[in-house]
Amino acid sequence: MSAKESTRVEYGKTLAQLGAENPQIVVLDADLSGSTQTHHFAKVFKDRFFNVGIAEQDLMGTAAGLALGGKIPFASTFAMFATGRAWEQIRQTIAYGNLNVKIVASHGGVTVGEDGGSHQALEDLALMRILPNMVVLVPADGPQTRAMTRWAAGYHGPVYMRTGRMAVPVLYDDSYAFELGRGTILQEGRDVALMGIGIMVQACLEAAAALAREGIEARVVNLACLKPLDWELVVDSARQTGAVVTAEEHMVAGGLGSAVSEVLGEHCPTPLTRIGLRDTFGMSGKPEDLLKHYGLTADDIKQAALKVIARKANHLAAPVIDLKAPGLAGR
Amino acid sequence: MLFRAGSGHLGGSLSATDILVALFFGEMRARAADPCWIDRDRFILSKGHGAPAYYAILARLGYFPREELFTLRRFGSILQGHPDSGCTPGVEIPTGSLGQGLSIANGLALATRLGGHAGRVYILLGDGEVQEGQIWEAAMTAAHYGLDNLVAIMDRNRLQIDGHTAEVMSIEPIADKWRAFGWHTQEVDGHDIPQILTALQACREVKGRPGMIIAHTVKGKGVSIFEGQKKYHGVAPNPEEYQRALEELGK
Repeated sequence: MSAKESTRVEYGKTLAQLGAENPQIVVLDADLSGSTQTHHFAKVFKDRFFNVGIAEQDLMGTAAGLALGGKIPFASTFAMFATGRAWEQIRQTIAYGNLNVKIVASHGGVTVGEDGGSHQALEDLALMRILPNMVVLVPADGPQTRAMTRWAAGYHGPVYMRTGRMAVPVLYDDSYAFELGRGTILQEGRDVALMGIGIMVQACLEAAAALAREGIEARVVNLACLKPLDWELVVDSARQTGAVVTAEEHMVAGGLGSAVSEVLGEHCPTPLTRIGLRDTFGMSGKPEDLLKHYGLTADDIKQAALKVIARKANHLAAPVIDLKAPGLAGR
Repeated sequence: MLFRAGSGHLGGSLSATDILVALFFGEMRARAADPCWIDRDRFILSKGHGAPAYYAILARLGYFPREELFTLRRFGSILQGHPDSGCTPGVEIPTGSLGQGLSIANGLALATRLGGHAGRVYILLGDGEVQEGQIWEAAMTAAHYGLDNLVAIMDRNRLQIDGHTAEVMSIEPIADKWRAFGWHTQEVDGHDIPQILTALQACREVKGRPGMIIAHTVKGKGVSIFEGQKKYHGVAPNPEEYQRALEELGK
């Protein structure tokens, strides 16, 4: 069993290291530094840490001002509040002004757990992806988080990075180097392409193992750099396999599934199924139960892969809709 | 400028003009030839629709040629409908959506203080603008962090788009509110430049608190048919109004 690390913790620790290396780095939080893990930095660099209290719009504006003043701000809070409450502030100043602000938000997805629907950000990737100039990153494990945090500090421009609450298996080793606009192939296969982000990458790997036991070879791709998307890798994967499944802890509308659909629709129409939440809010529960309820498990990915492979024969056939999937009741 | 553009925010630009003149010609240290000078004083037009007045001043100071003023709001112009730092020399940050500038000013003030730079930060707010909740978040932040290198001026012209501020959403007692939020607060006649300059000097002497100057103004000031009229918030003058305005302002 591989080691597990939490992406939010690795962000917090890396930020503290970066703070020691670069005096221009400043950090802001909105009363959640214990959860977002900016407290590691705050403890050591008291005069470079700014808590604005429960005021996320002010958080983003203040970060923008610090960037204007030549600092390298990392602004953190929960994904829901960062991208929801402060969306316009991010849009009007940070994105519009192309400012050097790194928004690193924790608690994306349903694995937020017991806090429930109000706190489970299922739209944050859509909200950030739609902004010009915004780089959108979804690290899948600890090493990827460390690499992306370091990269973000050196990149000049707006960045949104989503971290998670849960500890997740380590997929990469420390030789992993992040390249903007590039996804990674974790394993090769010719029958179907499983494209995941965040915790769903591990689920894709498990699904691939299950498919292999049935003689089906899956290519597993980690598209952690959601924007700019590695569209060449997406098209190549679709061409090589002829069938695609995307998987994300997010609405299927607006995030990874949409990004891949957009590319394939324009460049390489391919049978595609999106795994994610289908137009529904989250709810309270243990993360494992929620993942099962919302169809976000390795088995869900495997079943989707089998169905989409079956559509390869005539990929202009009528779409397959599973009416029993949560969120589709009554439609 | 607005007549040629065919659109723009007349009332709020005229009410702010004297304040901006006081700031840019009497108070702020900046260099048009070196807009990135690290120790410059910085200005944020949080009431971004006052852009025409701001642009007129930047042109006068030499940030760009005066002829550009007549391209306001036109396709391809360096002078966008609301301030855009990507287009206009001298503009620090894009603004236009109200309520957002004070947070940015705070961030700038924090950065200049951290960096040990001499520059002060100045921001012009609208009075309708302080209806936005984010203003009060930023007001708390400025006081909490003791940003005495920050001065905010409120253009208190008492009008907004749908009517008098007292009718739409009263902000009174506004001076008391800023004081309660921990700001050193003064009130001046916003068309009396010496008074404004005196108030700005007083802010320099205050330690540990940000400064608020409530400038009582007349929307549309300087042209009798525009003064105190909500109608001229966001429209440009027609040809007759334009002629009348030129006559009155020329006096």
